[in-house]
Amino acid sequence: MNQSPILDVQNLTVHYGGAPAPSVQDVSFQLGRERLGIVGESGSGKSTVGRALMRLLPSARVTADRMQFEDVDLLGASERKMLAVRGARMSMILQDPKFSLNPIRRCGDQVAEAYRTHVRASKAEARAKAIAMLDAVQIREPERVYDLYPHEVSGGMGQRIMIAMMLLTSPDLVIADEPTSALDVTVRLQVLKILDDLVREQGIGLIMISHDLNLVRNFCDRVLIMYAGRVVEALNAADLDKAQHPYTRGLLAAQPRIGGSRQPLPVLARDPSWTQPQGAAL
Amino acid sequence: MKPVVIQDMTIRFGGTTVLNDVSLSVASGECFGLVGESGSGKSTILRCASMLYKGWTGDVLIGGQSVRSMDPMERCRVLQMVFQDPYGSLHPRHSVRTVLAEPLRIHGIGEQEARMRQALIDVGLPVEFLDRYPHQLSGGQRQRVAIARALILEPDVLFLDEPTSALDVSVQAEILNLLQRLRDEKGFTYLMVSHDLAVIDHMCDRFAVMKTGDIVEVLPRDAILDGTAKAPYAQELIGASLTYEQAAM
Amino acid sequence: MDQSQSLSSQTGRTRPQWMQASLNIVTYLARKPTSAFGLVVLALLILVALTAPILAPHSPYAQDLQNTLQPPSMGHLFGTDELGRDIFSRLVYGARITLTIIFLVTIVVGPIGLFVGTVAGYFGGRVDMILMRITDIFLSFPSLILSLAFVAALGPSLNNAIIAISLTAWPPIARLARAETMTFRSADYIAAARLQGASPARIIWRSIVPMCLPSVLIRLTLNMATVILTAAGLGFLGLGAQPPMPEWGAMIATGRRYMIDSWWLVTFPGLAILCVSLAFNLLGDGLRDALDPKQMNRR
Ligand SMILES: Nc1ncnc2c1ncn2[C@@H]1O[C@H](COP(=O)(O)OP(=O)(O)O)[C@@H](O)[C@H]1O
Ligand SMILES: Nc1ncnc2c1ncn2[C@@H]1O[C@H](COP(=O)(O)OP(=O)(O)O)[C@@H](O)[C@H]1O
Ligand SMILES: [Mg+2]
Ligand SMILES: [Mg+2]
Repeated sequence: MNQSPILDVQNLTVHYGGAPAPSVQDVSFQLGRERLGIVGESGSGKSTVGRALMRLLPSARVTADRMQFEDVDLLGASERKMLAVRGARMSMILQDPKFSLNPIRRCGDQVAEAYRTHVRASKAEARAKAIAMLDAVQIREPERVYDLYPHEVSGGMGQRIMIAMMLLTSPDLVIADEPTSALDVTVRLQVLKILDDLVREQGIGLIMISHDLNLVRNFCDRVLIMYAGRVVEALNAADLDKAQHPYTRGLLAAQPRIGGSRQPLPVLARDPSWTQPQGAAL
Repeated sequence: MKPVVIQDMTIRFGGTTVLNDVSLSVASGECFGLVGESGSGKSTILRCASMLYKGWTGDVLIGGQSVRSMDPMERCRVLQMVFQDPYGSLHPRHSVRTVLAEPLRIHGIGEQEARMRQALIDVGLPVEFLDRYPHQLSGGQRQRVAIARALILEPDVLFLDEPTSALDVSVQAEILNLLQRLRDEKGFTYLMVSHDLAVIDHMCDRFAVMKTGDIVEVLPRDAILDGTAKAPYAQELIGASLTYEQAAM
Repeated sequence: MDQSQSLSSQTGRTRPQWMQASLNIVTYLARKPTSAFGLVVLALLILVALTAPILAPHSPYAQDLQNTLQPPSMGHLFGTDELGRDIFSRLVYGARITLTIIFLVTIVVGPIGLFVGTVAGYFGGRVDMILMRITDIFLSFPSLILSLAFVAALGPSLNNAIIAISLTAWPPIARLARAETMTFRSADYIAAARLQGASPARIIWRSIVPMCLPSVLIRLTLNMATVILTAAGLGFLGLGAQPPMPEWGAMIATGRRYMIDSWWLVTFPGLAILCVSLAFNLLGDGLRDALDPKQMNRR
């Protein structure tokens, strides 16, 4: 699985302007054509890592020893270069489709336009491609959905449209930031399944950002666990139950389980030493 | 302490029927769950039953007494609610002291200082937190304050509207433990909304599955693993939740 | 939580926290040149009004028919008017009148606007419709014309001008307070207050008014510029402060006749009006930034 990595990040540190301390510190990982999960509590810096990779943090100080995406040096690339990369070769899926889709334009037109910004195509071609993509994310009657406005589609449908839009240009890297947190369990599984199939078929590298251990366990190959801006542990998803770090173990234990005992749930006891640097990165 | 019976609750907003003849009964001291997809009307049930919404038909009996005929002041002392979003349910310009003192002042209850301290102790917060403002508290601490506010009038019934879904698992565990301990100590009747079957399974004795304004099935806790659910949507929901958790088994 | 926040909360009690907040706002305002100008002018206005008898070299009413229409000189800093009165002294005493107008209008308009707006917004339905239609009627006249009508009906005098201005200045405040209230009305903390048995009056007073107050304050400050101009306009038209009173607008009105030869008659009161209304505009803008936490972070 690890031929040449798609993404190589060494010691990524992000310091927001005005914040007393860096929000992300010394994060290192490599990503091949695999699915990497980033989990942690809210505020642990997961989204910041994603946004730093997309270079979407104009006001923050981003430093790293190395931040290489295929042939692009993400640290040094000009904004012009990033415009060609972002959305075409690496894309991002956000939590709530309601905020990512333009409310006054038809969903299908937005997908078609996303295609036309990166690929030269006539309107008719873009429309055909958009409908094909809507079909690929298992939307029934894609022609009908093409003409709907964002407020007329459900959350699950909206998220599928977002996925269709992201995968149009066959990117090599997709960053999904809590893609299903706003969805119901039943819909969540369908959306994850679609994303998973497409990513596997096309051999895309996926970074799945989530606070949900069950999700990364089932839909990722590898997992980084973040605490207060640092990666405290990196594991294969299958070995999540064998996690060593007390933070990971605490998170796992705090999760109520169907059919579990009804004893009080073990509460995470935080240890200040977790915020100290340590050699947990890969 | 007091059972809750909901009879034929129906409400429309504009042209759409949001709740359609919903009936359920919760035994006294029971924790009863409500699950279902978002927009199915779970929060609306709680808001109608607590008379936050007025234009509904049907009736809700708490301890045999209709919430409609109850004196509003009396009703506050019988039922209280904890809301989903701890960031939206505390007034941003009220200190914890104000939050807790208001209900005592409204109801003319004495020994305010002692009661406020006891409420904070009950929810596991240090007494010094009385002088804090919401922006100085974390999400879990805010939710504890919201619970303290619900407790301070010593109600019999607590409505919990997704009390932990805005919180991290680690904090969720603390709040669930707290809710469980309070029920053991004070014998509350809980009506709890959640979208997470694992939380329902951990907390509740029975639960109702809702879809588009209807209760499709009322199930005991064991039905999640038994596979005894009959309604198709209940089966789908349970199936999806189990698949989602599968690796944990 | 932040360490600094937990520290401040340990030392802070209810009252000092309030004062600390106001202090923070003032320091924020003082740091930006534009709002600092506003603060300085306002402070100066208050100071001048308080110390008018000391500052003014002459009585504002003392006529000196030997020395009419004198240009600015050492004896008469800003010159004299057509009756030989010292313009500088009149301006200094005029600050008192301006300040009175501002103060009275604020304490009338703020509460009325807040009351109408929050009540309409909180109750909605028919109450809202009636209150807002009344507001619309007031809003559909230009404020100067409406004040003119009121003063014409009540008879010209400074007090009537203040009443007339107040009557025309509250509708925008009410509109604003209503719009704000509608956004807070469905918040969970309002629902929680209702579940605790709080009466509508209590909810409006304790929960909604504090949330509306910042934007109403900003709006009031910005409105002050208009109020000062309307007062000056009424004075100019002879419907506000009556002749011997050193009201700035009235001074321009009487000076108008001699304007071509004696520029100082209208220039200095005009500059005073300009400065004060500009100061309030800048102060309002600064206040908007100071009270908006999102904007604070961006800076
Ligand atoms: N624009 C910003 N300016 C300053 N601090 C920020 C900003 N965005 C996020 N942060 C801080 O960075 C930390 C990590 O945030 P985030 O990456 O959003 O966490 P997560 O996605 O894991 O919940 C938090 O402590 C947050 O307060
Ligand atoms: N005050 C209201 N006005 C109009 N529609 C409402 C109102 N409250 C709820 N609804 C509608 O009722 C439905 C059920 O909402 P809700 O009870 O909040 O769902 P749940 O809590 O199960 O997610 C939704 O479709 C929502 O749009
Ligand atoms: Mg995030
Ligand atoms: Mg709800």
